[in-house]
Amino acid sequence: MKKAVITSSVAAVVGLMLTLGATPVRADEFTKQDVERWNAQFMQVVQKGRELWTDPKLGKNGVVCAQCHPNAANSHPETYPKFQKQIGRVVTLPEMINWCIRNPLEGQPLPVDSPEMTALVAYATYERRGVKLEPGKH
Amino acid sequence: MSNSYSRRGFLKTAGSVAAIGALPVTLVELAFAKPAQNFTFAYISDAHIQHIRAAKFVNNWDRGLIRAVAETNLMSPKPDFVMFGGDLAQLATKPELDHGAAMLAKLNAPLRMVMGEHDYYLDLGEYWSKLFGPQFYSFDHKDVHFVVLNSILTFDDWTHNRWPTPQQRMLEMAGLDNPNGSPFMVGEKQRDWLAKDLAKVKKDTPVVVFSHSPLQKIYKGWNFWTEDAEQVQALLKPFDKVNVVYGHVHQIQYNQIDNISFNSVMATAWPWPYPQSYAQAEQYLPKLTIPMNRADPFFERDATGWQMINVNTGRVDLVYNLYNNMSRTVGFDPKLGHPVDRQLQSVALEPNRTHY
Repeated sequence: MKKAVITSSVAAVVGLMLTLGATPVRADEFTKQDVERWNAQFMQVVQKGRELWTDPKLGKNGVVCAQCHPNAANSHPETYPKFQKQIGRVVTLPEMINWCIRNPLEGQPLPVDSPEMTALVAYATYERRGVKLEPGKH
Repeated sequence: MSNSYSRRGFLKTAGSVAAIGALPVTLVELAFAKPAQNFTFAYISDAHIQHIRAAKFVNNWDRGLIRAVAETNLMSPKPDFVMFGGDLAQLATKPELDHGAAMLAKLNAPLRMVMGEHDYYLDLGEYWSKLFGPQFYSFDHKDVHFVVLNSILTFDDWTHNRWPTPQQRMLEMAGLDNPNGSPFMVGEKQRDWLAKDLAKVKKDTPVVVFSHSPLQKIYKGWNFWTEDAEQVQALLKPFDKVNVVYGHVHQIQYNQIDNISFNSVMATAWPWPYPQSYAQAEQYLPKLTIPMNRADPFFERDATGWQMINVNTGRVDLVYNLYNNMSRTVGFDPKLGHPVDRQLQSVALEPNRTHY
């Protein structure tokens, strides 16, 4: 009885899709155009991150991230989360970025889920692409 | 050697004022067969004094230069002169150059200046020259011929035609990793001047050349680079003993190319990662160089420092005094014919020294 209901439901959905002229699509399928669009979205955020990395207004004293970290070098995104001895606990990259914003940049920390923080993390991580993940590494 | 500069004596003096192990200047001693001819000079570089607004400047960078000047003044024996290796300012503005010049004015030894790109690209060095004089020159001091080059020039088209305002030109060159920048060069005019200048110098006279950028090619992406390095090196080739001392890189580097020893000096402002830590590009850090310890950002002055340099028999020996870190000595080894780190060259690197 139950099986019959399901069968008829499926038939109804397929019938509806045919009526609407749509092709059945499985959840895990995506097209080349999808990938291009998603990648463009990602690179836009990376680009935004690069702008913030070199933006004198990210902090309060005009110092920019790139002054000490050209091409985000020596920021080690692949090693987070890790124990940061000076903070005394395991932290994530956004927490360390906020440490830099507060200290050398003398600014106000960003909410860790803000688009700005996402962009900074995206940029630093993108500059380290291809380097193997080593969480916890000092 | 017994008649070389006594660092212990110096530190004893300095220690009475502040508990320190390191100073962000470079002390240079020239030691010759006749001890009476020995002398020392100090080297401070890359202060990057950065204006915020009104009378406010970035405190962190101010502290680096103030400390270097104060500690240089404690040196004993007194240096014959002090070199400043370029990048006194961050964006070459009058407030920055004036503020930096006021700090340097507290030095109690004669000061000689090298031009850096952060001093230059706003007004092409005009205000800097008003304060400090010519942008390239030479002088003789106790049997050594010193040459100062302005090595941070670039293509005329980039300098004169590419940017709508001088401010933007300065900002574009100030970003170390900015792809809109342009490679440094000494240029034909100065190379012609250098050839004439060196023609008067005997070939066995020790020659020490100061430039802001390395007169060798390490990593173009960050302008650890001078485009016409080979042409400048060729002019220096006829001399028995040539030393090039450069700033810009904010880290310890050393190398030997034929007869020329290369040594970098520390910044007082902030350290830079070695180019090898940028995963996306090839670089050519000289194989000889053992990197400095990786900087610890929780110590504001870590990985800045200063060096004492002996020019022993016409070759430079640098004693790097690094804040919050072990001192380093990089000196010319006559047997090997190139600079070596006296303590570390034969020792395997500890993990905390690695840059990645």
